[in-house]
Amino acid sequence: MRSRPLKIESPLADAPVDLRPISQAGLRGALLLLKERWDRPVFFALACVSLVALGLIIFFIFREAAPLLREIGLIRFLSGQWTPTTDPGQFGALPMIVGSALVTLGALLLAVPLGYGAAAFIAEVAPGWLKDVAKSILELLAGIPSVIYGFFGLLILAPAFQHAFSLPTGRTALTAAVLLGIMALPTIASLAEDALTAVPNSYREASMALGASRWQTIRRVTFPAAFSGLIGAAILGMGRAIGETMAVLMVAGNAPQLTASFLKPVRTLTGTIALEMAETPFGSTHYHALFGLGALLLLTTLITNGLAEGFRGRLARKHGR
Amino acid sequence: MAGKRLFVIAVLGLFGLASAVHAADVTFSGSTTVLPIAQAVAEAYAGIYEIEVSGGGSSVGITALIDGTTRIANHSRSMKVSEYQSAVAKGVLPFTFHIANDAIAPIVHPSNPISDLTLDQLKAIYEGSITNWNQVGGGDAPIVAVSRDSSSGTYETWAEIVMREAPVIASAIYTTSNADVAAEVSSNPNAIGYVGVAYLMPQIKALSVGGIVASVTTAIDFSFPISRPLFVSTNGFPVGPVRDVILWILSDDGQRLVQSVGFAPIRVLP
Repeated sequence: MRSRPLKIESPLADAPVDLRPISQAGLRGALLLLKERWDRPVFFALACVSLVALGLIIFFIFREAAPLLREIGLIRFLSGQWTPTTDPGQFGALPMIVGSALVTLGALLLAVPLGYGAAAFIAEVAPGWLKDVAKSILELLAGIPSVIYGFFGLLILAPAFQHAFSLPTGRTALTAAVLLGIMALPTIASLAEDALTAVPNSYREASMALGASRWQTIRRVTFPAAFSGLIGAAILGMGRAIGETMAVLMVAGNAPQLTASFLKPVRTLTGTIALEMAETPFGSTHYHALFGLGALLLLTTLITNGLAEGFRGRLARKHGR
Repeated sequence: MAGKRLFVIAVLGLFGLASAVHAADVTFSGSTTVLPIAQAVAEAYAGIYEIEVSGGGSSVGITALIDGTTRIANHSRSMKVSEYQSAVAKGVLPFTFHIANDAIAPIVHPSNPISDLTLDQLKAIYEGSITNWNQVGGGDAPIVAVSRDSSSGTYETWAEIVMREAPVIASAIYTTSNADVAAEVSSNPNAIGYVGVAYLMPQIKALSVGGIVASVTTAIDFSFPISRPLFVSTNGFPVGPVRDVILWILSDDGQRLVQSVGFAPIRVLP
């Protein structure tokens, strides 16, 4: 039977749909189907590429860090000092874990309140034109390269803090924390703003109808309703702060000392890898220790991103989206 | 349909562009101490050869030479036995040329009254046994030691000549380049650091060591205690543009350029 084009006119489609490929059987039909619908396999392959890349990164880092368990042991790795150039070297990551934690905590203390405040302003208070301006400014902040932030911290923040607190040096955990707070702020603010606008307007209307003022509505109704999304925003901001290398390398002082003080120089996990990777002989304990630091960072990133996605998913499901 | 055609043309065009980017004639990579020399050489050869220069530290340069990603490695320390072994294992035979001398001067802020320290005092400061400027003749202020990261050739020389097996104290500030050390010392009256003489500038004050001032003369004959030779290395005996460039650096004209950048030549120039 000679095939004729089978055209179906549908009011829902812009163009008539040619169903001829489906009506052919066998290899010819399959090839025609591929030609018509090439987009699906191609996009599937591209998505697989990202998954494979991620899997390879995780596998490679953990494989290079694995000899640590045999050479040093987990307990010694997570405690003690970091002196790689002595003989024998000591590879205790604790000073850097604490350093990263200090700097991240400080950054969040700065960025979360300011970020939530900015988000509340943009989502609830700002008139239309100001909303656009504020969002553009946030995006601009987010797009500035981290080395520029580092410059700013080095030339302006560090001397300012040194004079303000009469410190021996301006390169401290505080300087790094403030800098990272400014860098994480746009991330937190824009994600929090998404979370707040996702709250249905009916909540706000109901609250206003009951006589609540705008502030009462924001504080008692909108924020609690967007809670999961807000937590997700904070967690992603934390992920950004933990992973930042360049700016922290320039202002934190990089002293591998174990300290709980914000006013002393500290070293982060990311900074150590950046400082020492170039020198380390391939396959040495130092090399494996640096990969161990990388594995710690990777674990933290995976956990924080997983948590953030979980929280944001909960928000979507809660409001029926 | 038109969209798909445009996409294919764009991809082919990108490939065309990529082939237009050609490799440089000469590439320098490695020590940030040798970097100013390499940059001056690149400028001197502008229009004749295309020379690319990058830093990263002596270790980075030597690794790049072994991996084949650079033609010339700059290093401010000699190659280690392990590096020679990795090179030979990968079929790379390094030829090393001594192109300049450098002195590593201890530096302090210009407002600091100290102008001389001995090697032992420097070691004690960086070790952490001396923590206040009044222990070496200055005012009552905490000493902030500024050091370099372990992948730096400057740090290696400092560790070999000054520290002699003692570790640098954990509370010292670690920076990533000569310029960064100079930046911290120039803005912090309590700081002490060390940089190659090429990085000396009016904003910082160089100290003499045991009475000997860091200068061209004391660096040529290595009479300044913290002085060292600077090297470049190539894979095999250099040929072509690389050979021309290295021979020129070793000539009197090249050595005058080395001196103009702030280092000591390898011999007394006529």
